[in-house]
Formats: sequence, structure tokens, C-alpha cells
Amino acid sequence: MQDNFFARKRINTLLFCFLMLVITMVSIIATDYDVIRGFTSIPKAAEWAFGNFYPNEKALSRLPDIVNSLIETLLVSIASTIVAAIFALLFAIAGSHTTGMGGLISWISRSIATLFRNIDVAAWSMILLLSFGQNVLTGYFALFFGSFGFLTRAFTESIDEVSNSSVEALRATGAGYWSIIAHSVIPSSIPQLLSWILFMIETNIRQATLIGILTGTGIGFLFSLYYKSLNYNSASMVVIVIVCAIIVIESVSNYVRKVIM
Amino acid sequence: MTTLLEFKQVSKQYGADTRALSNVNFTVKQGEFVSIIGPSGAGKSTLLRCINRMIDASGGEIMFEDSNIMGLNKRGLKQLRSQIGMVFQHYNLVDRLSVIENVLHGRLGYKSTLEGVLGLYSKEEKRRAYTILKTLGLEEQIYKRCDQLSGGQKQRVGIARALVQDPKMLLCDEPIASLDPNASIIIMNHLRDICTTMGITVIVNLHQVEVALKYSDRILGVNKGSVIYDGPPAGIKREQLTRIYGSEIEEHIGELEKQHAG
Repeated sequence: MQDNFFARKRINTLLFCFLMLVITMVSIIATDYDVIRGFTSIPKAAEWAFGNFYPNEKALSRLPDIVNSLIETLLVSIASTIVAAIFALLFAIAGSHTTGMGGLISWISRSIATLFRNIDVAAWSMILLLSFGQNVLTGYFALFFGSFGFLTRAFTESIDEVSNSSVEALRATGAGYWSIIAHSVIPSSIPQLLSWILFMIETNIRQATLIGILTGTGIGFLFSLYYKSLNYNSASMVVIVIVCAIIVIESVSNYVRKVIM
Repeated sequence: MTTLLEFKQVSKQYGADTRALSNVNFTVKQGEFVSIIGPSGAGKSTLLRCINRMIDASGGEIMFEDSNIMGLNKRGLKQLRSQIGMVFQHYNLVDRLSVIENVLHGRLGYKSTLEGVLGLYSKEEKRRAYTILKTLGLEEQIYKRCDQLSGGQKQRVGIARALVQDPKMLLCDEPIASLDPNASIIIMNHLRDICTTMGITVIVNLHQVEVALKYSDRILGVNKGSVIYDGPPAGIKREQLTRIYGSEIEEHIGELEKQHAG
């Protein structure tokens, strides 16, 4: 019996590995991918990047323009995340098992969140491109919808995980629904909520760069403009600025996380 | 002494075939210290939570101060709960808030929605919370965050939160089950003291028979959702324990004999 248990587990693991191998092989054959050539081309790509993809003096003179559009992108990401977080909190409270009003309202709010979450930010920006055109608003709303869906889900889980027991205690004292939210649910889950918001801001800054290429705004647009006009030096300047910005933002948010935990 | 609480033929059904309580009858007088003992899953916790309607009983009548609480509306329920304090096994505090904030949560049942959300407590209420904390020996911990306290201290905060409600009755659900022996003694002494000096009725769910016998005025023995024994601690002998605990008996008998010897 016991022997059988371990033998079966081992067979399951072997089967799983074999299955993965088969899927990989089939994919390689179906796409005509040459594994060896794929890897040997990496040094060549690096060689090209070192030869062309570096900022020169002319690119440096474009720095103010680049920084300006970086700031635009940053602000759009932060603004959309914060507004999305406010809406997400309301929906999370309504949809959570601990605090939810139960029944239809919970179901509706969870369904809306699922719908928004499952449409990717890139898909949102293409949809919104039709109604808003190439405009900052398009990027803003795309990020807003994507963050809203994701944050609602994350908030719901944080709330459920954290505040179950103290909610019961406050209910037993006769406290009203909104008092319980204000004094138990929010204080217990606030570090997790803030942590999710910071994570979302970081992700959105990365996403915003890509969306900018689609919507023709912000630093993403600047990158594609330089790149398409074969101005690789300026394009590399943009990349460096983005990397720096992301490193700074990440270390700031790590610091904030450490303080609030 | 007047009757504070009365159970008449109370039963509770979970789903189609799980019967947590069946035809429970008992009364509790004002100022009594009552312990509910019984094996795990006997329905002790359900019984306790039916009193402040954290769980709704499915049949029978529960009278609190001569009014049936089964039919209370939202407002009546709020009023009922504000008069009954509750203490939990896992303390159920908001760990990230300070001791004093947690204690003041006990006043939320008396607040309107707006006052409650904004946490507007009167000077009187804050002073009362301070006095209670002082009596429970937590004077130095008042501004500490609750996650910095020991288990025994957390439970005292839980008791303070219940006392600041000015309750007529205290419901304690396994208050010492997660505590070490020393902290358990401190907590039980406080509960006994609250009952004797403040005249607050205390109902405690307990796992430890010897503790129940030592501190209570009356024992309720529960098994499989029915009250098997209802009487003074002195009436609990080997025979009664066998009926209450069934096959789990041996571990509890050891405790009883230890106590008789000591």
C-alpha cells in the first residue's frame, strides 16, 4: 500500500516530464525553430547593440524632451492606479466573503472585476483607441481598467485572509457594518493593500511604456519614433532613462513597504 | 436573584442532517458564573453564539431579560449585542492597532453609523477604558500595538474590550485554550472577579474540567447537542463525567482525581 503510493507518485512525475518534453518538441517542429541557431545568434545581437545602441552627444541634448515624456508616463500610471485602487477597494469590500453583503451584490461585483481582469491592458488600449483616438486618455483608461480588475481581485483576497476574526469580534459588540469596515477590515489589511498598490504602480509604469507605442503618447511613443527613424542613439537614451526610472521607483516602493509592514 | 437568560427547547440544525443543538433547556440567573463543558464538537460554541445571535438558532425560544431575542430586528439586535460582551479563544483583536483602540471598539455598538466610522469616542469613554485596563494590569501597555503583547495580555485586552461595553453578560468561548497555565490562572481569576465584584453574569465554554469545577457556580454538561448535566460543581462525579464525555472520559477523570487528592 505504502510502496504503491510512492511508486504512483514517481510515475506521475515521470509522466508529467514526458508530457512537457513532447509539447516542447511538437512546438519546435511546428514553428520551424532552429534551437542551435537561436542560441548562437545571441552574441551577434549583443555585438550589434554595442556597435549601434548607445547614447551619443546628440542624444544627450534630447534628454529634456525624454525626461518630460517620462514624467508624463509616470504621472499617468500613478494617477490611473490610485483612482483604480479607490474603485477596487469598494468592489473588494462588496465582493469579499468576510465583509460582502452576500448574494447578488457580491456576485455582481466579483463578475465585473473578473471581466475587467481578463481583458489585457494591451487589449483595452486597442479597444479604447477606437473611441478616444491617439490620446493620453486612451492610455489612462486602459491602465485604469486593467488595474481595477487586478486590484479588486488582490484586495478581496487580502481582506478575506486578514480580517476574519476581528470582524467577528466587532460584530459581537453590536458595531454597524461601516464601523466594522473602518475599524477592523481597513486597519488589518492596509499594509497588504498599500503593497498591492505599489506593485501595481510599478507594473503600470512598465505597461505604460508599451501602451505609449500604441497610443502615440509618452515615453513609449518617443522610443518608437526614434527607433523607426533609425536614430538608435536616442532610442538607447530612452531605454536607459526608463531603466533608471524603474530602479528608482522600485527602491522607493521597497522602502515604503518596509516601513509600513 | 432574577433570571437573565432562558433557553426553551432551543435547537440548531446545520444543513440537512447535522444537528448541533437539540431541545436545549436551561436558565441563567443574574450574577451567576456558569461553565459549559463537553467534548469537542458537542455544540458548546454553537450554544454560546446563539445567545448573542452570532449564530441563529433554528427552533425554540431564547429569552434575554424576558424578551424573546429570536425575533429581534436589526436595531434590536444591535442593542442586544451591545449589552453582551464576548471573549474569544484567539482574542480576535485588530493586531495592528493599539491596545486602547482595541478596547474602545467595545463602544462601537452604542454609536450611530457616522460616529462609529469616524471613531468619535467621548472623554468619558476613554477614561472608562483606561480605568478598566488599569484594573486588568495593562496600564503600561496602553499605547502598544497588540501584536507586541503576549497571549495572556492579548486576552486581557479582549476582556477589557468586552467590559467597556458595560455588559450585563459576558460570553467566553474557550478563553484559556491557547494560553499557558500561569496566564490561564490570571485570566480565570479576572473572570471570577468580574462576576463577583461587578455582578456581571459570566458564561464560559471550557475544555478543562478541573478549571470549570474550581471557578463556577454552576456547570452545564453538553454532549451531542443536548444538556446532560445542569447543576452545581459538587454534583460532578465520575458517573456524570462518563455521561458527558463518553469515550474521551479517561483524560478528564485523571484531572478530577488529581483535584480531589489536592
